[in-house]
Amino acid sequence: MVALPSRHRSLFLLVGVVILQVLLLAVQIKRDAQGRLIRVWTVSAVSPVERSGAWGIGRVRDAWRHYFALSDAARENEALRRENGELKLEVMQLQGKSAEADRLATLLSFKQKQGKTPMVFARVIGASADANSNVIYLDQGQRDGIRKNMGVITPEGVVGKVIESFRDTSQVLLVTDRDSGVGAMIADSRVHGPVGGSGEPLLNMKYVGNDDEVSVGQRVVTSGTDRIFPKDLPVGTVTQVKPGAPFKQIRVLPSASLEKLEEVIVLLTTDPLVMARPEAAQQSGVNSAAPAGAAAVAQPTAAANAAKPTDKQP
Amino acid sequence: MNESSYDLRAFGESHIEVHKFHSGTIVLSLLIAVVLQSFLPVYISKVALLDLPLLITIYFGLSRRNPSTGLLLGTVTGLLQDSLSKTPLGLFGISKTIIGYLASSIGARLDTEHPAARFALTALFFVLHQGIVVLIRKRLLAQSQPWFTLRLGVACLVNSILGVFLYFLLDRLRKS
Repeated sequence: MVALPSRHRSLFLLVGVVILQVLLLAVQIKRDAQGRLIRVWTVSAVSPVERSGAWGIGRVRDAWRHYFALSDAARENEALRRENGELKLEVMQLQGKSAEADRLATLLSFKQKQGKTPMVFARVIGASADANSNVIYLDQGQRDGIRKNMGVITPEGVVGKVIESFRDTSQVLLVTDRDSGVGAMIADSRVHGPVGGSGEPLLNMKYVGNDDEVSVGQRVVTSGTDRIFPKDLPVGTVTQVKPGAPFKQIRVLPSASLEKLEEVIVLLTTDPLVMARPEAAQQSGVNSAAPAGAAAVAQPTAAANAAKPTDKQP
Repeated sequence: MNESSYDLRAFGESHIEVHKFHSGTIVLSLLIAVVLQSFLPVYISKVALLDLPLLITIYFGLSRRNPSTGLLLGTVTGLLQDSLSKTPLGLFGISKTIIGYLASSIGARLDTEHPAARFALTALFFVLHQGIVVLIRKRLLAQSQPWFTLRLGVACLVNSILGVFLYFLLDRLRKS
């Protein structure tokens, strides 16, 4: 057996480890597998810490918002505050709960208006460890019915799509990721064009011809063609339009505050959803004053039911 | 004679001190860095500019000065980061393996205790790390990604500055 010179051992080790990882990459590409087992272990290990952290930060932030933000007024009434310290602490706790209740009430209201759509609320507990991937982690997973390819939204608009679901956690690809895409259209003119991420805060609307009229400020909504999101959910607002060859270059500001996500809604179905028009919603007794995404959900067509969800990223 | 000092003598650089840490320090620092990297951007989006696992890999590579340890630390860090991202396992694994190896090798040849040297080395390793990541994306994964963006330039500067302060804090964890 040939002994390696000691100073070269680490170099051989480097070459070996790199080759092994290149093979690992090759296997994942070939089999379209993503090393699920290792991911499950890592996510299972990290998510409890993130869950606890999210809870702790929520409490601290509530305290900051509802206690320290009032410090100026409190200084002026210091004597009074001393006397009422205990009461203020109690108020602080109640206000914290109230703020959370407001947020949850918005979500609940949205769910009630979407009575026929199976959905679940989830809290954001983590983000990607890679700055180039726009990915978040939710505190709900397979046990709550979340599966791969399900749409994720907020009452404000589209958030992204579940790309991996674990037992108690799921991974969501945000619409701003460069691998994302959502079937969309201009709300007024109904001009269709997929909206995709670029890794930046703004989205790109693609394949809109130079002849089509699009102007800054117009609303972009889902078209339902991706078979993931219901039709007419808000996607964003056009912020920039430039002529291009052969298509217009359109930049869209997402409706959902993707950089400040705390709670989201996961649509618990990968079957195509169709949003009924407002008049249809009124006839069926559903409140039509809801936002664009709040109309009733019609039953999927037979053809749509027969079709499986596409592999396209949202 | 421990392995670290053996390696340094082999390089003829025995005058450079190998730093040791209390048991569990490296593993704990690594885990905290990976968790924070995944957790903090939810609340402070600008934190996504940072690459804490890379800074930890560089620091312990430069301090331990053992290429084998450095590259294995880089491998573990990178694979953990991969598994918490949507990237295929191995993308950050390979890049951080190489950075861990290089940091350890350079640490064995140079005195890397001065803040200016640390700043320069962190910037160098950050650029190199990004270069390897982009190369793997383009050549092995057939993904398009620019070699340089303004954001990357800012990230390089921010990480290098943070690295100097972070290394100073991590120095406190060394065995005296």
